[in-house]
Amino acid sequence: MGIRFVLMVNKQGQTRLAQYYEYLNLEERRALEGEIVRKCLARNEQQCSFVEHRNYKVVYRRYASLFFLVGVDNEENELAILEFIHLLVETMDRHFGNVCELDIMFHLEKAHFMLEEMVMNGCIVETSKSNILAPIQLMDKA
Amino acid sequence: MALSGMRGLSVFISDIRNCQNKEQERLRVDKELGNIRTRFKNEKASLFTLISNDWGLKEENAMPSKFSTLLSDRITLTSLVHVKGLSPYEKKKYVWKMLYIYMLGYDVDFGHMEAVSLISAPKYPEKQVGYIVTSCLLNENHDFLRLAINTVRNDIIGRNETFQCLALTLVGNIGGREFAESLAPDVQKLLISSSCRPLVRKKAALCLLRLFRKNPDVVNVDGWSDRMAQLLDERDMGVLTSSMSLLVALVSNNHEAYWSCLPKCVKILERLARNQDVPQEYTYYGIPSPWLQGKAEIYLRNFDFWHELGDTDSWCSREQREGVGLINRLNIKSLWWLLDHGCDIDALINLTLQVKTMRALQYFPTVEDPNTRRSLFEVLQRILMGTDVVKNVNKNNASHAVLFEALALVMHLDAEKEMMSQCVALLGKFIAVREPNIRYLGLENMTRMLMVTDVHDIIKRHQAQIITSLKDPDISIRRRALDLLYGMCDVSNAKDIVEELLQYLSSADFAMREELSLKAAILAEKFAPDLSWYVDVILQLIDKAGDFVSDDIWFRVVQFVTNNEDLQVTEAASLKAREYLDKPAIHETMVKVSAYILGEYSHLLARRPGCSPKEIFNIIHEKLPTVSSYRSKSGRYSATTRAVEYHALSMKGAALMDILAEMPKFPERQSSLIKKAEDSEADTAEQSAIKLRAQQQTSNALVLTDQRPANGTPPVSQLGLVKVPNMSNADQSTAEQGLTHANGALTVVDPQPPSTPSPDLLGDLLGPLAIEGPSGTAPPQSEPRVASGLEVGANEDALAIAPVEEQANTIQPIGDIAERFHALCLKDSGVLYEDPYIQIGIKAEWRAHHGRVVLFLGNKNIAPLGSVQALMLAPSHLKMELSLVPETIPPRAQVQCPLEVINLQPSRDLPVLDFSYKFGTHMVNVKLRLPAVLNKFLQPIMVSPEEFFPQWRSLSGPPLKLQEVVRGVRPMLLAEMANLFNSLRLIVCPGLDPNANNLVASTTFYSESTRAMLCLIRIETDPADRTQLRMTIASGDPALTFELKEFIKEQLVSIPVPSRPPAPMPPQARPTSPPSAALSDPGAILAGLL
Repeated sequence: MGIRFVLMVNKQGQTRLAQYYEYLNLEERRALEGEIVRKCLARNEQQCSFVEHRNYKVVYRRYASLFFLVGVDNEENELAILEFIHLLVETMDRHFGNVCELDIMFHLEKAHFMLEEMVMNGCIVETSKSNILAPIQLMDKA
Repeated sequence: MALSGMRGLSVFISDIRNCQNKEQERLRVDKELGNIRTRFKNEKASLFTLISNDWGLKEENAMPSKFSTLLSDRITLTSLVHVKGLSPYEKKKYVWKMLYIYMLGYDVDFGHMEAVSLISAPKYPEKQVGYIVTSCLLNENHDFLRLAINTVRNDIIGRNETFQCLALTLVGNIGGREFAESLAPDVQKLLISSSCRPLVRKKAALCLLRLFRKNPDVVNVDGWSDRMAQLLDERDMGVLTSSMSLLVALVSNNHEAYWSCLPKCVKILERLARNQDVPQEYTYYGIPSPWLQGKAEIYLRNFDFWHELGDTDSWCSREQREGVGLINRLNIKSLWWLLDHGCDIDALINLTLQVKTMRALQYFPTVEDPNTRRSLFEVLQRILMGTDVVKNVNKNNASHAVLFEALALVMHLDAEKEMMSQCVALLGKFIAVREPNIRYLGLENMTRMLMVTDVHDIIKRHQAQIITSLKDPDISIRRRALDLLYGMCDVSNAKDIVEELLQYLSSADFAMREELSLKAAILAEKFAPDLSWYVDVILQLIDKAGDFVSDDIWFRVVQFVTNNEDLQVTEAASLKAREYLDKPAIHETMVKVSAYILGEYSHLLARRPGCSPKEIFNIIHEKLPTVSSYRSKSGRYSATTRAVEYHALSMKGAALMDILAEMPKFPERQSSLIKKAEDSEADTAEQSAIKLRAQQQTSNALVLTDQRPANGTPPVSQLGLVKVPNMSNADQSTAEQGLTHANGALTVVDPQPPSTPSPDLLGDLLGPLAIEGPSGTAPPQSEPRVASGLEVGANEDALAIAPVEEQANTIQPIGDIAERFHALCLKDSGVLYEDPYIQIGIKAEWRAHHGRVVLFLGNKNIAPLGSVQALMLAPSHLKMELSLVPETIPPRAQVQCPLEVINLQPSRDLPVLDFSYKFGTHMVNVKLRLPAVLNKFLQPIMVSPEEFFPQWRSLSGPPLKLQEVVRGVRPMLLAEMANLFNSLRLIVCPGLDPNANNLVASTTFYSESTRAMLCLIRIETDPADRTQLRMTIASGDPALTFELKEFIKEQLVSIPVPSRPPAPMPPQARPTSPPSAALSDPGAILAGLL
């Protein structure tokens, strides 16, 4: 399975994007997000990018005001996921041009589309930026 | 800032963004939800027409009243659509708002239909939104999703490629069983169609994979295996990759059918290995060519595939096995090639490829062929030694990701010691670097490294650095360090490590204390060089983190001290306990443990200053109020009570009033304790002690005193039992004081002639009791009588534990086996059995009369488990085939044993797994019931009244319809009963029975003899008397009706969860028949007299 969820949260703890690859109901999600975000936001630059929470390992990376959190199981290579986050950000960067929190906020749908192209059912399926962005360009044309 | 073209959405998002606090946000969200709801309500009319045309939908429940009026006024729906209908743009906007609100964590319980309806929009943007929002908001069990099946199908069979992709992705992500049944043929067609582009076929393959997982029957084995083989001729890597994933799933379900695919797989691998079709130009930075991507994937999938094959040796013919061998070799060669060339390409490609290939290699048994091995190690060596720290963070991460994967692979391959030490050295370097990620991973991998033999000593060299990491500012790192220290601890360094942990405990953060203290306790017990040290550690532990020291831990200390034969140790322990009591504020656990120890052994200290019985009593008495629970949980704290009783006994004269004031409930407790002892009920506290204990292997140092109760015979209740005489003494002394009025109801068990109160009352008491004066034979001490009196307790303890001692080597299961079994009757995966060495997990999938069960045998230890045997004792109605269980389970490994079950006819009999293994010299044998219970072959089915009543009537009277009045039903509310039924897969159909006290349920039973058979159940309860009910069961098969009736009865009458067989009372514990060996023992004589 690998990736269990991808979250984008700003430094105030507001969720900007949430995508789950296993079904959790609203209560569970709310609790999980709350706990994880609290844990991650409290950390500083000198600390590592991995946080253990329940049966997840959260790999996170901060870009300006935005935190990218990826929950994985024990079968993942942590650094590889860390770089996956970077790839996601680079992809967004290519599309939005110097991506910022507002881009993700106001283009929620595009962020979703990108993620959907990259991860299917918890596995990384696409890492080529042009392939990821192809459907979005299609949508822009339409 | 570019807006997404949906102005309303942007405005809403800005509004939310500008909210000052959560409350404002909530108000804004509520307002928006209200707005959307209103729009959708009006919309509902138009939707209703559209959808009802489209899907033949039944009317939705919440029709707005205004709308109903309109209807009655015969205003046509069409005109309403024109007036009120939302444009696709508006719908899209609202649906995005809903998703946004949902994401913020608010419940969005309406509008799902609108989202789903967008799927049927003709234009791409709306359709895409519909698909994406649907897959975010809904899950596979959602009713509305069903409505979309037709539209989704139309998109799948339509000619628009992008639509096809959208539809396939949705189904691939959230498609459920119904999708599987109605869409599988179309998806299969797409997958093998030659006119389809790879883009679509790739998704079709993954979509089919999901559908297959939801319902394996959708892929018809006979026809499909050839198609699958053809698919593997595909040139496009994307399609191949996805097909390979599909193949893996198919093969894992039915290996034989897909043998025709095997040569094709070999061909693919050959092609890759020979470097055919490998494009030479790699795109720069971060964009791996799809080919490479596919390749890495393919490898991974292949490995899974061959891994599967490797698991199923039992059915492999020789030829097939050779095929597998050939493939293994090819695989490794091609992997090696990849690893080699991967080094030249850029970071990210490198990363995905290498990490995946190496992860994949770890699925293999270790590489045998010397040449391959050598080349592989060369590459690994290069990665290990050639990875430098570079400036670019991402590149650095990437290269280290590869490095850590290489490390993992080296561990897996069981490399030569030299290489292992290199790895450890490297990790040692890592755990000291500045970069926290690397530090973290260094510690994590070092912990993994511990499982490899031979490196223990090398790792120990880094102990100091690891201890430093225990104080790292980062909790993630501290946790890793703690884990590592725990793992690397052995007899040689236990003292250092445990003391380090204790020291750290005082400053450790709250989140870690519990784990820390548990680990320290386990290590202290496991590797204790001597008992005093152990007692000392635990007392320190209680002192520093009393809240986290569970009762089991202090029970254990008490047990050790009591059973230990070295008086010096006991004395030291008592002295320590006494010292702790002097502290101004001590934890209640410390009070309990001190009270117990001093209660037993304070006579050893009697000559020391401040240790006279009186002083000890006073100090304990002073601390006692901090023990919150000593009054409430009578059974459990018998130790405390008991300690107090001793003092009550010895101190009566001085502080009698206090005793009475403190413990008014003594008499009641006495009776309840006697009862408890008689019932010999297993004590939960002791069981958790077992659990704690069993987490680790038996302690070497403490093995002499390590008495495990067999069959859960609880020492605590024995304590309760031996306590009785003392209680009567205490009561008696009260009687002597003429203060019986305080405990009016008390029965004086053994009336004694009143004697004059004196400071040494105990002696007076003992005098008449132990007539022949065992006190005279007691060793000359300052207070010989007290001493011998106190020995009573100790000796009786010894007696009580004596029968248990013989079984000290028995391995105790962790947790209640029966409880685990009952839990598994209601769910399909969980732990079936666990003891300190092995854990047996179970995962089952039940389809109709078939069951596919996988037993997971996990060796928890660092030594292999031998002579593993599993024998299936199947009842006559089940056909069971257990695949071969390997004789040895390697250290820390998990073995999966598939078990096929076919239900032939209805029966409640259970299969039993006769499981045995050997660990060291221990032979362990357990017989475990497997949860292949009747209800596993049920499939819930909801019946409508139209279906139910004719059936019910047609099944008239026995033997097809049986009725019984059941008495002694466990009282439960009707809702609880309904829940119970539902969990047994008997679906309660509300509204079928007009009487609210009755319950009607239905289900389908599957077996080979009955096929699918509808069963109907009616329960009539009596609200006045919940312990009885009348049930009527009907089905088309007499045996089934009977078995189901009995089955349900069992569920209703017994309490399925906490059914603990009463442990037999150890007869030796009865003081009336002291064993001859103890005859000379004054304590035993005394006990006999009482």
